[in-house]
Amino acid sequence: MSNQTTRKQIILGAHFPGVNNTTVWRNPASGSQIDFASFRHFAQTAERGKLDFLFLAEGLRLREQRGLIHDLDVVGRPDTFAVLAALSSVTTQLGLAGTINATFNEPYEVARQFATLDQLSGGRAAWNVVTSSDAFTGENFRRGGFLPHAQRYTRAREHVQTARELWDSWRSDAIVADKEAGQFLADGTAGAFAHDGEHFKISGRFNVPRSPQGHPVVFQAGDSSDGREFAAQSADAIFTRHGTLEEGVAFTRDVKARARRYGRDPDDLKVLPGVGFILGDTDQEAAEIAREVRFEQVSPQTAILLLEQVWNRDLSSYDPDGPLPAEDPDVESISIIQGRARQVDGILETARRYRRIAEEKNLSIRELIVEVTGRGLFVGSARTVADELDRFVLAGASDGFILVPHIVPFGLDGFVDQVVPLLQERGALREDYVPGATLRENLALPPAAPAAHWAARVRDNAEEVAS
Amino acid sequence: MSTNPPTLSRPSENIGLSVALDGAGWHPAAWREPAARPADLFSTAYWADLAAEAERGLLDFVTIEDSLGLQSDHFGGPPDSRTDQVRGRLDAALIAAALGPVTSSIGLVPTVTTTHTEPFHVSKSLATLDFVSHGRAGWRVQVSSKAHEAEHFGRRQIPAIGRNWESDDASRRVVRELFDEAADVIEAVRRLWDSWEDDAEIRDIATGRFIDRGKLHYIDFEGPAFSVKGPSITPRPPQGQPVVTALAHAQIPYELAARGADLVFVTPQTVDEVPGIIEQVRSAEASVARTGTPLLINADLLVVLDHTEQAARDRRHRLDDLAGSALQSDAAIIATTPERLAGLLIEWADAGLDGFRLRPAALPTDLVAITRGVVPHLQRAGAFRSGYSTTSLREHLGLPVAVNRYAAIA
Ligand SMILES: Cc1cc2nc3c(=O)[nH]c(=O)nc-3n(C[C@H](O)[C@H](O)[C@H](O)COP(=O)(O)O)c2cc1C
Repeated sequence: MSNQTTRKQIILGAHFPGVNNTTVWRNPASGSQIDFASFRHFAQTAERGKLDFLFLAEGLRLREQRGLIHDLDVVGRPDTFAVLAALSSVTTQLGLAGTINATFNEPYEVARQFATLDQLSGGRAAWNVVTSSDAFTGENFRRGGFLPHAQRYTRAREHVQTARELWDSWRSDAIVADKEAGQFLADGTAGAFAHDGEHFKISGRFNVPRSPQGHPVVFQAGDSSDGREFAAQSADAIFTRHGTLEEGVAFTRDVKARARRYGRDPDDLKVLPGVGFILGDTDQEAAEIAREVRFEQVSPQTAILLLEQVWNRDLSSYDPDGPLPAEDPDVESISIIQGRARQVDGILETARRYRRIAEEKNLSIRELIVEVTGRGLFVGSARTVADELDRFVLAGASDGFILVPHIVPFGLDGFVDQVVPLLQERGALREDYVPGATLRENLALPPAAPAAHWAARVRDNAEEVAS
Repeated sequence: MSTNPPTLSRPSENIGLSVALDGAGWHPAAWREPAARPADLFSTAYWADLAAEAERGLLDFVTIEDSLGLQSDHFGGPPDSRTDQVRGRLDAALIAAALGPVTSSIGLVPTVTTTHTEPFHVSKSLATLDFVSHGRAGWRVQVSSKAHEAEHFGRRQIPAIGRNWESDDASRRVVRELFDEAADVIEAVRRLWDSWEDDAEIRDIATGRFIDRGKLHYIDFEGPAFSVKGPSITPRPPQGQPVVTALAHAQIPYELAARGADLVFVTPQTVDEVPGIIEQVRSAEASVARTGTPLLINADLLVVLDHTEQAARDRRHRLDDLAGSALQSDAAIIATTPERLAGLLIEWADAGLDGFRLRPAALPTDLVAITRGVVPHLQRAGAFRSGYSTTSLREHLGLPVAVNRYAAIA
């Protein structure tokens, strides 16, 4: 495998779909999304396939539509930290990435939980920092309320920065544990920290010793300019939705250029779109399965509900197999859906786009929703999917992928059995893990830079922009 | 003498027995014992070995200590600058979760602080511990009254509280507020555990509905410190209600336990104090108008165990010498043989206790002395199980099935 070192490696994560509208729960092969056995199988399959990490999303309030808890999709998920900690006991090399909101958590506790996870897993922890949260979600929390979009990111940025300061507060050689000499700590100030910023004024002693990775890997998910800037400043990797080649190339170029502006090596910011995949014995068979899956994901009732999210109106009287509503979306009223990140583009433009597509292709509501809501889907024989994934990475559309299967917990098995060997064959994926390697090492990221470096990059850049 | 509280389904000859795991053990010099593994304290392997040993001893559960601050010599005060004792610890809820898949019978009871955390997070964390352990989760509720821990969060200030807070009006008020808040946290967490009925997930293909939203409930908790809307994002855990425990030494904490816990850890210094403490717990139950199952009452004992009384005392003194001062504890400290400790537990149980949480002075030494010494003696006396015959922690303790408050209304 001489080309293994020279050719670009594909990073692969496996997304365990929790609450979502993509898992085909009607399929008899679909199992529990809650039982630990599901997580264990999924994680061990990912590890069998030598994947880099397992990924968990997060939602902190059950979605509602028209004021009712949404009941058509998979609902219910366990706590991220508890699942990942439990998985650390039944895996040895797989990275464990958890989405944790920066609004409804405090740096001291999040830093502590990730440092603990990193210790328990021997250096395999990653934090996907998200900010999406509004007053609706805030009703479940002490802090209550919500932060305006811009402030969410200033808080998130300071949150990550503060966590890095806490992770730095113990030197890696702080624990001596010399029984004879009676010396446990190298010095009596381990963990001392003080942070005085806009969002956090905190001080004291952090109580988790420095973890194997120093700083667990930091992911960002969020697409606005603020979000991209935050990733370029503060993250090791970006979780994105840009699943086509052209979008991927443009997005990757954009965020890597932003990283360079902060004095970073663009290779140190990994771009990872979330993508689905459908395998068949032939490309044609896969295409047929994909069509079936899409219609299973978008049931008649789901089609109406998804259209309502754009139209922002009660469309329950419409026929899913009929044409789009003649009336325009309601831009005045508050959102009909709560608990899901709001669409970025305006709903009027979206509705116009929907109308155009429906007209051109003569689509019913349900057919249209199937057409417009599918994203980042790799369909074909194992050979075709392997070729495509590799082509995307070699073309600079991403550094790898976060795979989102539509069946839990067995949806990854086919990929690992069929696609992974082909990727390994061409030297695009490791044959085996380096024993004891950390997630940071598996992702080819540099060792954790001190918090002060991250802060200085932001400061220097601000001065550059100002001058 | 007070009589035993009404016993539940737990066989009456069975003494409740658990251990409290903390770092290298409860003696500050424990980490210097020959068998200690001070360099491993932050690894899963260390905790997994301890849990496996406790499970070999058929214990009801292990508790895992935690706090939001660094260990310190100063009561309630800021951390010290000592370098000769264990400092630093991992998050107990995560340790417990990591132990879930590598143990099969023993209860897992992490300490989780209520003062600076979000009830919503606490609820799903413990519910998930119950999922990953198949019904073996518990919670040791802990209040943080420390001024310096509040500074780790920067959201509120807590005035310094001294050892004699009970006789100082201002301190009493602060403690009362913190414990009232803790009682609210327990209530919100319990409602969240019930906020999904057990059969809420229906996967009804005919209607396309994954859940029956009529079986999900808003909890609408409103208190002075916080409010929580609900429902939880995590379905109701296997036990319905994981077991809630609290350590208490005084009236206000007894009342917290009486309001929200299933089991209270108390700290009698001698067997003669047992009836009085039980009476205080029962009167706290009356004063908060507790309904349902009475609190299980377990005594905490810090133990140093060895082959002979003399050897145990010598070991204690050796550890004291290494530490530079005599061991102090809120719990009674007992240096003796496993056989004598077994006899003492039976005698104290006869005085009305449901069980004991033993705090091993040194790990794994004193834990092994419990599992391989004390337990066999209890078994021979017919006072302890010879194998796990129950599967959930609630069942181990003889607690009744947890009825879902929302389902009951429907
Ligand atoms: C690929 C992707 C995955 C996301 N996953 C989550 C998630 O699991 N939980 C969450 O609360 N928000 C999630 N978000 C929302 C983002 O955190 C972010 O708050 C949202 O996109 C709005 O920020 P923006 O305006 O920068 O895009 C995700 C976003 C993207 C693009």
